[in-house]
Amino acid sequence: MAADFAHRAHDALNNPQLRRNFRRAMDGLMAKRAVQFADQGDWTKLRARGAAIKARALARLPDLLEEFERKATANGIHVHWAETTADANRIVLEILTAHDAKRVIKGKSMVSEEMHLNAHLHAHGIAAVESDLGEYIIQLAGEAPSHIVMPCIHKDKGEIAQLFTDNIKDQPYTEDVDALTAAARTVLRQQFAAADAGLSGANFLVAETGSLVLIENEGNGRLSTTLPPLHIAVTGIEKLVEKLDDVAPLLALLPRSATGQPITTYVNMITGSRKTEELDGPRQVHLVLLDNGRSRVYADAQLRDTLRCIRCGACMNHCPVYARVGGHTYGSVYPGPIGKILTPQLAGLDCAGDLPHASTLCNACVEVCPVQIPIADILVRLRTEAAEPSASPAVKGGGGGGSVVENTVWRGWTAMHANPAAYALATRALALLGNFIPAAAPLLKQWTTMRSKPKFAGKSLHQLARDKGFDHE
Amino acid sequence: MYAIHTDGVYWLYLLFSIGMNSAKWYYQIGAAQTARHRLGNVRMPATVTPPAAMPNIVYYFGTCLIDLFFPQAGLAGMELLKREGLRVVFPQGQSCCGQPAYNSGHRNQAREVARAQLDAFPQDWPIVVPSGSCAGMMRVHYPDLFKGDRDHDRAVAFANRVYELSWFLVHVLGFEQKLVDKGEKVTVTWHGSCHSMREMGVVDEPKRLLAGLANVTVVENPREKECCGFGGTFAVRQPEISAAMVADKIAAIGETGASRVVSGDCGCLMNIGGALDKAGKTTQAQHLAEFLLERCHGR
Amino acid sequence: MSDARAAILSRLRAAPQLAPPEYPDWQPPRFGNRLERFRIMLEAVHGEVYEVAADQWRERLRAILSAKGVNKVMAAPHLGVDWPEILAYDRPVEDLKELLVDGIDAAVTTTRGAIAETGTLVLWPDVDEPRLLSLLPPIHVALLNQADIADTLAEMMTAQNWAATMPTNVLLISGPSKTADIEQTLAYGVHGPKQLIVLVLQS
Repeated sequence: MAADFAHRAHDALNNPQLRRNFRRAMDGLMAKRAVQFADQGDWTKLRARGAAIKARALARLPDLLEEFERKATANGIHVHWAETTADANRIVLEILTAHDAKRVIKGKSMVSEEMHLNAHLHAHGIAAVESDLGEYIIQLAGEAPSHIVMPCIHKDKGEIAQLFTDNIKDQPYTEDVDALTAAARTVLRQQFAAADAGLSGANFLVAETGSLVLIENEGNGRLSTTLPPLHIAVTGIEKLVEKLDDVAPLLALLPRSATGQPITTYVNMITGSRKTEELDGPRQVHLVLLDNGRSRVYADAQLRDTLRCIRCGACMNHCPVYARVGGHTYGSVYPGPIGKILTPQLAGLDCAGDLPHASTLCNACVEVCPVQIPIADILVRLRTEAAEPSASPAVKGGGGGGSVVENTVWRGWTAMHANPAAYALATRALALLGNFIPAAAPLLKQWTTMRSKPKFAGKSLHQLARDKGFDHE
Repeated sequence: MYAIHTDGVYWLYLLFSIGMNSAKWYYQIGAAQTARHRLGNVRMPATVTPPAAMPNIVYYFGTCLIDLFFPQAGLAGMELLKREGLRVVFPQGQSCCGQPAYNSGHRNQAREVARAQLDAFPQDWPIVVPSGSCAGMMRVHYPDLFKGDRDHDRAVAFANRVYELSWFLVHVLGFEQKLVDKGEKVTVTWHGSCHSMREMGVVDEPKRLLAGLANVTVVENPREKECCGFGGTFAVRQPEISAAMVADKIAAIGETGASRVVSGDCGCLMNIGGALDKAGKTTQAQHLAEFLLERCHGR
Repeated sequence: MSDARAAILSRLRAAPQLAPPEYPDWQPPRFGNRLERFRIMLEAVHGEVYEVAADQWRERLRAILSAKGVNKVMAAPHLGVDWPEILAYDRPVEDLKELLVDGIDAAVTTTRGAIAETGTLVLWPDVDEPRLLSLLPPIHVALLNQADIADTLAEMMTAQNWAATMPTNVLLISGPSKTADIEQTLAYGVHGPKQLIVLVLQS
């Protein structure tokens, strides 16, 4: 995996079109967000509220899950629990099979990506069509999302125009965005009408009312959850909030952080299936609550903060690493800073241990996170979990300790820096000999591809301070 | 090259060149400050307040990177403080704040090195640091690093005495009002270090100092707050991404037309300056302390 | 499945108990001129806003629909929309699907109110105005009483005690359907209405 990230990064960095696409997109998104939160005072108060709402909900999570289940069930929503993605896939398949559903139309759902649900359904003869325009485009391309909010942000319109011409009957090549959008509308409208079931995620689950809250701009989420006779929602157990009143501040944070919009075009609150007298809406609504490692994350008081995430993507929009390598480089469903802390916890440090190191710890993500997740702290914590041996590691795949060589290096480093006499000796030696280390030496080789070799000063500051007569105690 | 951190040869090399160790590994910017309050764990820039009374003695923590590569920048900071009438004490027992090990996940090693700093700065004097990153490590992370340790109280007290140089100049010494520019006209641009801004909360102070110099024109780099790609172990674990970041950084600096880029962190300066030099650019990278000393005291 | 439920809940309950934090102070904003704010925000996202005297909206509506070259219009009969080809959503969607998906040019709905802060319409679909009415036709005309514009969602939710009365579906609509998935270029009407027209009925 370590080699994988770096190899994929190498390819991404050497793809000028991808670099251009991401840089332009991230610059635009950062500028739009900045306009939304121009007033620092308002922003500070609002995000503190958002963080508290999510922290409160997490503090009471098991109780809230039960309360939600009780309320939702009373409203006619069937609630299912899944420990793993395999369980969740099985549950979804069982529901679809029970309804003899063969065609599924999907609203955007990152949890369904986490489940690799489309492939699972396909293997069982069920066609799942993505209806979010970005998801539809990458489904045509046979790719995975490269951003959690804007899945096809890595593609330019030329690539999309070609995809449409190749995949949509009688579609002439055009780079006109309105024409491309209209073509997708026509194709997908028929898919909606023909669908036996709609599948979606959920942004928030409200324990107080048993409601699902979904936000979107296109209307495909509303269609997926309203037009077909069956609606199945899949989401993580961390999406709970206590009260309906909690939704308003979170809605004031999420779209503004994500895309710089004051609000999304649609906010869709679903509190039950179609009632007898009602004329539309699904006759059955199912919700699958997925754990898939979240309860393990929850078990650690510090790592639990990871679960505050509301999936706005602001961390990736502001990440200098993400902007250069794009989402696919991370090799996981959740890219960028949140992916760097979430993926190793869900998949295990033994599988994704390189991700916590793919960061300069610049804290740009921390600065913009609307729920104040201390991402950099958690990155360092995950590095520690990998480096320090433990018989009962807090993180899956952790506790193995560093390599013998790595640990020896750090012991040497410590011996040098924890002892003033050793430090004085070592720095004097380096001042004399350091500049003779060749630029082609392993460590310097990487450094000097882009930078000159650093020059050791003839006299250290320790020496200069003495020479200039500064007191030393 | 991609899997260098699992490459035994690389590590052996590292072991044999402990100096490069302290040079390269030092750069691990970053750290994770854990300000805990009622919201649970959140991370906000440190809330720094001036010492209760105007000090007449300060400690100076030079940082190991400055010690080895940029001693003149360190000395300039000491001179600035001395010329404001302070007695500046440079403990010879100091070495490194411990950030390299801390950010690599080696907390125990980081704590031992940090403990040596607690020992080296025993008096209750402010500790001024010409680096936002090292200052952030000590002010923000020491309390967490020593949690449950016998030295926890000492670490907290130490942390609360740590000041970033430009902040100390502005908020404690009122240096902004004392600026007298003795230099020729020059155009510069500022680079804010990530940890200075986002851990120590030092954003405007250095720019206020630059703006107060009569003959200095400051051109803002629109990407001023974007990380230069240094990132400590990041620069060697992900050398290609790091290189791409610093390439963008020097391009943005170039577009300002400034003849110098000034910053308050020698990690960034080594990265940016090294890249400018390698690319054959004439733009000079300089530490704020050196620049201020040159402008205000003619050297 | 109940095993999964028990296992998940028991793991969560075995985790360290952390005291829930207090809510930090936060007040939703207020706006002096709610209609003005509503208009600015909705027009910024391509919505059309017309103020009309409460007893003259039918005439205004007819003029707008005529100007847009609309033929088939769907609206609840009790509204008394004056239009040659007027249809009602009076059967279950299963019986109307074909017409709804591709046969209606414009829909007219009432609203429960609006939110000034974000330029948002609030709809609680019901048997007279089902959920898809505001979604499938390419033009959505919404009738809004000016007095029903609140400052913020937070204010409206609390004032009307939504938590106790949530219907099957609550919709917040802020503009016509849009996407920016292709090179961050805005395009309207990707799945829902291409045009959103609001008639603000003045009291």
